[in-house]
Amino acid sequence: MNDEPLLIAEGLTKHYGRQLGCRDASLELYEGEVMAVVGESGSGKTTLLQMLSTQIEPSAGRVLYRMRDGSVQDLWTMSEPARRFLLRTDWGYVHQDPQLGLRMGVSAGGNVGERLMAVGNRNYASIRTTAADWLGRVEIPQSRIDDTPRTYSGGMRQRLQIARNLVTAPRLIFMDEPTGGLDVSVQARLLDLLRRIVSEMRIAAIVVTHDLAVARLLSDRIMVMKGGEVIEAGLTDQVLDDPNQPYTQLLVSSILPA
Amino acid sequence: MKIAMNALTLTDVTKTFTMHLQGGLRLPVLRNVTFAAAPGQCLVLTGPSGAGKSSVLKLIYGNYRCDHGHILVSAGGSTVDIASAAPREILSVRQRALGYVTQFLRAVPRVSALDIVAEPLMSKGVARDEATARAAAMLKRFNVPDRLWSLPPSTFSGGEQQRINLARGLLPEHPILLLDEPTASLDANNRAVVVDIIRERKAQGAAIVAIVHDDAVRADIADIAVDVTLFATAA
Ligand SMILES: Nc1ncnc2c1ncn2[C@@H]1O[C@H](COP(=O)(O)OP(=O)(O)OP(=O)(O)O)[C@@H](O)[C@H]1O
Ligand SMILES: Nc1ncnc2c1ncn2[C@@H]1O[C@H](COP(=O)(O)OP(=O)(O)OP(=O)(O)O)[C@@H](O)[C@H]1O
Ligand SMILES: [Mg+2]
Ligand SMILES: [Mg+2]
Repeated sequence: MNDEPLLIAEGLTKHYGRQLGCRDASLELYEGEVMAVVGESGSGKTTLLQMLSTQIEPSAGRVLYRMRDGSVQDLWTMSEPARRFLLRTDWGYVHQDPQLGLRMGVSAGGNVGERLMAVGNRNYASIRTTAADWLGRVEIPQSRIDDTPRTYSGGMRQRLQIARNLVTAPRLIFMDEPTGGLDVSVQARLLDLLRRIVSEMRIAAIVVTHDLAVARLLSDRIMVMKGGEVIEAGLTDQVLDDPNQPYTQLLVSSILPA
Repeated sequence: MKIAMNALTLTDVTKTFTMHLQGGLRLPVLRNVTFAAAPGQCLVLTGPSGAGKSSVLKLIYGNYRCDHGHILVSAGGSTVDIASAAPREILSVRQRALGYVTQFLRAVPRVSALDIVAEPLMSKGVARDEATARAAAMLKRFNVPDRLWSLPPSTFSGGEQQRINLARGLLPEHPILLLDEPTASLDANNRAVVVDIIRERKAQGAAIVAIVHDDAVRADIADIAVDVTLFATAA
């Protein structure tokens, strides 16, 4: 276990014109740790996730990342190609809408294989074998490997997106409402899958969700956001069972017990 | 004579709940809780309903945050103060040293009884096959029928769920065990199994803090009793 954080965010702030997206968010994430970000609609969760994953540039603050070689880099002073390479290989990003994270016109096998090619894999047979293996791990029948995600159900698309992201064995994965828009039984299956894979592969993850049951099931730590600010953070079960802030108490009391 | 260092030491632990949804009502529950448990010792918490017994266990486990005081836990050569430790230190102490059997099982959807019991062992680094074999032996010891092992426990009876919970909490042989009414929904046979395992764990040097309403069970396992009402601030 490495004792240095994998990801450090300091004072991340984002204004959209005069509209505040997120103010002064800081965090440290360690290898293998799963952090949930919860809060009501418009509280700044996606904004924070996109700043952390360098998809939008912060108005203030910085994000540091410990590379595989041990060096710590400021992500916004890295070159654009280096940052893109990181996102394609060392990181994963699972969108709420699988259509944003998949190539809808490309076969399932191609969707998974593409990420392997991005890390320099050129052996077609081994790419196909690995892709098939990953489809199995996310419980997609191998017979569907040549079909495009257009022919898949919502739950299958989401599982395919997860396979595409995990095939390169990333060290860090960002997920924005990975179970949103799925019906309850499909959600349970996806959550079980995520829980198992993330813990087996020891991947660090930041999961945005408005569902406290999802946060409890998947995460070690939790951040509660309101009005663009982080108002409470800590061990997930501690924050949910002994919430300090009035807003967190309201959030916890207004759901059914997990 | 060998003087055992304490496995667990609470000093001046104080807890007040503030209920913001009830106009900021303050509910003082515990004040200056102070006690220690040595390896091989079973300490039982006593006191009427609402006195704060379960809250003490939750504070030790880091499930409730401590307002004031220290909760020193010895784990693998180092001592951690749960009252001020960072989240990942608490997680690490739980994984290495703390077994906590709650009053009710919190089932995880789609995870089988066998996997629920084996999971803490695997997170300590035991290989899946061995963890599963030991989990199976534990379930057998608690008389959980084989046909239930592969099922998620959400549909199990109260007593069955409690036995899954006990098997999970007692299997990893943690140096500190926190037990919240472990025998409440069990028949006499299974109560005897719990008492046997607690005796084994004591012999292995575990420090145990337990809440037990059953007088016979308490007499069988307890070395010291701590009356939580001494520290209760209400009334
Ligand atoms: N591109 C944008 N331009 C202007 N305002 C934006 C933009 N993106 C987000 N915002 C605003 O920033 C605030 C935070 O939005 P964000 O998408 O981060 O919320 P969220 O917590 O992810 O909400 P939800 O749960 O609904 O997805 C909102 O008030 C939103 O309207
Ligand atoms: N998360 C919480 N938020 C607010 N109040 C709480 C919380 N947890 C416990 N309390 C209060 O603290 C007091 C002590 O509760 P606790 O569960 O520790 O009692 P106990 O001694 O275990 O009782 P029992 O024997 O009935 O289980 C009670 O008044 C309870 O309502
Ligand atoms: Mg969002
Ligand atoms: Mg209790």
